[in-house]
Amino acid sequence: MDRRTFLLQSGKLLVLSAPAAIAWEHVLAGEPQAAPNYQASDHWWAMIVEIEKCIGCGSCVRACKAENDVPDEPYFFRTWVERYRINPEDPEHPIVDSPNGGFDGFPPVPDEQGAWKSFFVPKLCNHCVDSPCEQVCPVGATFRSPDGVVLVDADYCVGCRYCVQACPYGCRFIDPRTHTADKCTLCYHRISKGLTTACCETCPTSARRLADLKNPADPIHEFLRTNKVQVLKPQMATRPKVYYNDLDGSVR
Amino acid sequence: MPPVEGFLYPNEIELQWSVLIVLYPFITGLVAGAFILASLERVFNVQAVKPTYRIALLTALAFLLVAPLPLQLHLGHPERSFEMYLTPHTTSAMAMFGFVYLWYLMAVLVVEIWLDYRKDLVLRRRASTGLRRWFYTVVTLGSDNISPASLRLDHRVGYIVTVIGIPSAFLLHGYVGFIFGSIKANPWWSTPMMPIVFLFSAIVSGIAAVMLVYMAYARLQKVPIDMPCLDTVARYLFYAFLIDFSLEMLDLVHRIYESDESFKTLDFMVKTRLFTSQIVLQIILGTIVPLALLAAAQLVRFRAPARRALYASAGVLTLIGIFAMRWNVVIGGQLFSKSYLGYTTYKMGFATREGMLPAILLMILPVAILAVLLWLLPPWREEREPAHAAQPGGAAVGARVF
Repeated sequence: MDRRTFLLQSGKLLVLSAPAAIAWEHVLAGEPQAAPNYQASDHWWAMIVEIEKCIGCGSCVRACKAENDVPDEPYFFRTWVERYRINPEDPEHPIVDSPNGGFDGFPPVPDEQGAWKSFFVPKLCNHCVDSPCEQVCPVGATFRSPDGVVLVDADYCVGCRYCVQACPYGCRFIDPRTHTADKCTLCYHRISKGLTTACCETCPTSARRLADLKNPADPIHEFLRTNKVQVLKPQMATRPKVYYNDLDGSVR
Repeated sequence: MPPVEGFLYPNEIELQWSVLIVLYPFITGLVAGAFILASLERVFNVQAVKPTYRIALLTALAFLLVAPLPLQLHLGHPERSFEMYLTPHTTSAMAMFGFVYLWYLMAVLVVEIWLDYRKDLVLRRRASTGLRRWFYTVVTLGSDNISPASLRLDHRVGYIVTVIGIPSAFLLHGYVGFIFGSIKANPWWSTPMMPIVFLFSAIVSGIAAVMLVYMAYARLQKVPIDMPCLDTVARYLFYAFLIDFSLEMLDLVHRIYESDESFKTLDFMVKTRLFTSQIVLQIILGTIVPLALLAAAQLVRFRAPARRALYASAGVLTLIGIFAMRWNVVIGGQLFSKSYLGYTTYKMGFATREGMLPAILLMILPVAILAVLLWLLPPWREEREPAHAAQPGGAAVGARVF
């Protein structure tokens, strides 16, 4: 290396080290830069779940509990994973399990069920456009944000549990510490800063992906156009925004 | 029986609405039913039930005063409940509770009772001194005019209030039914029949309660029971019960015939976890037996003591049956998973906030309030003397005293 090249490289390194140092600081802090320019009305959040990619590892469940300080007891989940096992001779009556919401993964299937169809279904709040939980809340503590996320104002919630009864998907619970309703917020504290949700981030197979329907560049548009996508319990007319690919008809 | 069977969504393991929420429709049902019985005399001029008129109003008031307590006790944040008045969410059925409740309490029941008792209160004020006089001055709101013209006006206004009160009583309990009936996520609740079934079962429970209170109060006061009155009340109970039973059967037959996707789950539940409370308590002991007893009293000429025993048994069984109905709706609606793949059980604590002890206390409380109200505002006070005077067979006491 001659002197000229050395000086150029050193100069570049010096110039780049400043942003690198700043970037590294954020990596260490685990915090994204604040997004003061976040415009809720510019987004319309949804989620894609690809059934065939989910391996039931439970990373999403663990990540969600850790990220959102969800109580450890096995009755409280913002997201959980169900395992469906279907006897090909009786496809109408699946055997479903979700030990501790899939937190620790799933035990192996019994041998005789080896020939059965088996798959995992991650579940979370569907952030319905016509959400029954938002409709029934007597004080308006549950509300829909302009970017299509259903949220709960814990400082307003009276803890009547009407919303828990109204949710057809079993997505809500009463936090035993605050005595208020709780559920998936789609990691609103993250997505409003330009990050993805904790569950999507940790999913090793990208079975879950956050999507922004208002962003024309989002791959969701291509995905919805080219795949057989279904929502849960469409007969409830709640217009859910969690889109499942290759969803089996037996899933409830 | 295993506590959990099959598959439930993980958040469903815990039951959300407890025995306190069972009490809420039961108590409001008694209110609505008692008021409708009272209005029979006032609006429909059924003179025979006159001795129960004021008892019915006071029973309605006693239970109405307690009605919000189980709800309040059940809330995760009772201290925020007033927000429902300040910032009600207009799409929520539950947000309307406070307004429906206050309307019924303040605009109907209290006004009607006050108008009806105004003369008594004024007379008591005149007859008392000191603190008691001050108390009666307050409750008469300073009014002292008991001229015939003024009492006529009271009566006319009271009539109008009762006419407004009948749809209000229907509203109160139809509304309670709507709270459940409008939850589409729950097939056990979600039926447009729910408000109507709740309404008629409310009428049934209210009539039965007033009938029992009348019998108990007359016995405590050592006043002979007016049998024509009791017979009439029992007859109305029988009619209302027949309608209620038919509606519930209609709902049941409709569900069985329709057999939608939830049917197998509900059917399994009724045959297992709800068998005792639904089939045994609600339908057999709480409906068919009292209906048979009341029908027997209509068909066979029993002597008065036998009729009283029949009515008392039918009344108690009716209340048990209606309570079981509320239980089966509220608790039953939560025993199965919304995935239709599993079932859970309800474990009631005892001395916990939502346990059996508070529930028992909440059922005793309106009875205690009623006792105080009956003592403060005796339904037959002034006329008790003539009632004690020779009344052959003890008949027509109530009818005469008013």
